[in-house]
Amino acid sequence: MTILSRAKNITAPLIFGVVFLALWEGVVVGFDLKPYFLAAPSKIVEQFFKNTTRIWEATVVSGTNALVGLIVGTVLGVAMSFVLSRFRFLSQLVTPLAISLNAIPIFVLVAVLNNMYSITSEIPRRFMVTLVVYFIVLVNVARGLTQVRSIHVELMRSYAASDLAILRKVRVPNAIPYLFTALKVAAPASVITAFVSEYFGGSQNGLGSRITSNIANSKNAAAWAYVLGACLLGLAFYTVSIILESLTRKGQTK
Amino acid sequence: MSAAANISAVEVVATSKIFNQGSDKQVDALLDVNLTIQSGEFVSLIGPSGCGKSTLLRLVANLLEPTQGSIRVNNKTAAQARLDQDYGMAFQQAGLFDWRTVCKNIELPLELKGWDKNKREARAIEMLGLVKLEEFGNMYPWQLSGGMQQRVAIARALAAHPPLLLMDEPFGALDEMTREYMQGELLRICAETSTTVVFVTHSIPEAVYLSNRVVVMSPRPGRILEVIDVNLGSKRNEQTRAADGFFRSITAVREALRGTHAEHVAANAIRGAEDR
Repeated sequence: MTILSRAKNITAPLIFGVVFLALWEGVVVGFDLKPYFLAAPSKIVEQFFKNTTRIWEATVVSGTNALVGLIVGTVLGVAMSFVLSRFRFLSQLVTPLAISLNAIPIFVLVAVLNNMYSITSEIPRRFMVTLVVYFIVLVNVARGLTQVRSIHVELMRSYAASDLAILRKVRVPNAIPYLFTALKVAAPASVITAFVSEYFGGSQNGLGSRITSNIANSKNAAAWAYVLGACLLGLAFYTVSIILESLTRKGQTK
Repeated sequence: MSAAANISAVEVVATSKIFNQGSDKQVDALLDVNLTIQSGEFVSLIGPSGCGKSTLLRLVANLLEPTQGSIRVNNKTAAQARLDQDYGMAFQQAGLFDWRTVCKNIELPLELKGWDKNKREARAIEMLGLVKLEEFGNMYPWQLSGGMQQRVAIARALAAHPPLLLMDEPFGALDEMTREYMQGELLRICAETSTTVVFVTHSIPEAVYLSNRVVVMSPRPGRILEVIDVNLGSKRNEQTRAADGFFRSITAVREALRGTHAEHVAANAIRGAEDR
């Protein structure tokens, strides 16, 4: 891609964003909307820079929960997908469950988990993120390990390759793009799960709980400032997952 | 003929293949096939779809087990020949691995044989020379055209210098121009490496142009109807395609195939009449 066409790609959404924010500001000022109803973007930015340290602290708490869950969930998901691809009958048992769990908001389970641990523990939240990430990674990587082209398997058999060699030279490389697709979905999902988990009690230290407490105190603009922090954290996770993917791709597919 | 030419590369004896035997999905793919291919020969298998020519190729490759009969490759059982990598194989799709460079694709069978890195790389470069793709070793398969990909697949199939090459419609997906070019290249490569070839195809001119013998097969259950000798000499080039002998052989193969076609139509007509 040339620099010019890249600039063109960025310009349109950038203009749209600026126009959207200007409209928002205009509506709030023009209709004289009260801060408890809708805060103006200018006020939100003001709050954001006033509270940078606290927002940063809360971001670190939520971000750590998301990151720990993301890493543990990915490792477990990859490990389990190897087991499933080796024992197909297990896959027939687990895959429908994993797919249906992806479709329902299982993070509400954190309410139950909170009961099992001390109220100040971060474990229930991290456990919840792990669970969400685990199933996303499991379903995708298991698919990558099993859905290899039949011509590749036939070729490997014609080379008298062992099952282990087929795993190493065909199944694993085939599954790597699937892993990164999973991570692109799982990275934002881990952040969302980390926030939402905070709504079910426990320590009031993360972004999610700060948003609720600020709303409870009618500090709407401050709440929005934390929302902005949450957006940036989610974006950071997503960006890292995309960079990781492009690093490993090295020109494989167009 | 040299002494080496009298060693049989492939021996198929009284071989039948039945899929899903005993179930209501039973398919009699091959029936009592006998075929001996001498070392250094180029033999094509031709016949209508579903005549079991690919099945026969896979039996020789030991990717399938025969229901009846025995198959020997290189004077070993087919299973042993596969374990010893005595043959290379190429399919209609090049089947290259997208995550490997052209060189690494060619090296794959050598990796599985446990060759060390230097030896593998040297062989890959030799093979690239053979298929005239020297400058493309570090590219990825999707950066090459279909014909080039197929040449890489042939280089990969021959990388371990196997005495036998099994090809399942390798040029079926290529355009006519590329196809004729590839046929010439294949003959050159086989002459340079003195490889025996078993070649499955749908195309009569392709079978005649390439082969010493063309094996004509009947529709299901697949049987060998006729084996036609093609006497066009060992040196073939673009003039061969205009030679009288070329057209005579094409006509012979076509008539053999048409015979099976007529039989097939007649059999269907009778079956249709019985159904009524």
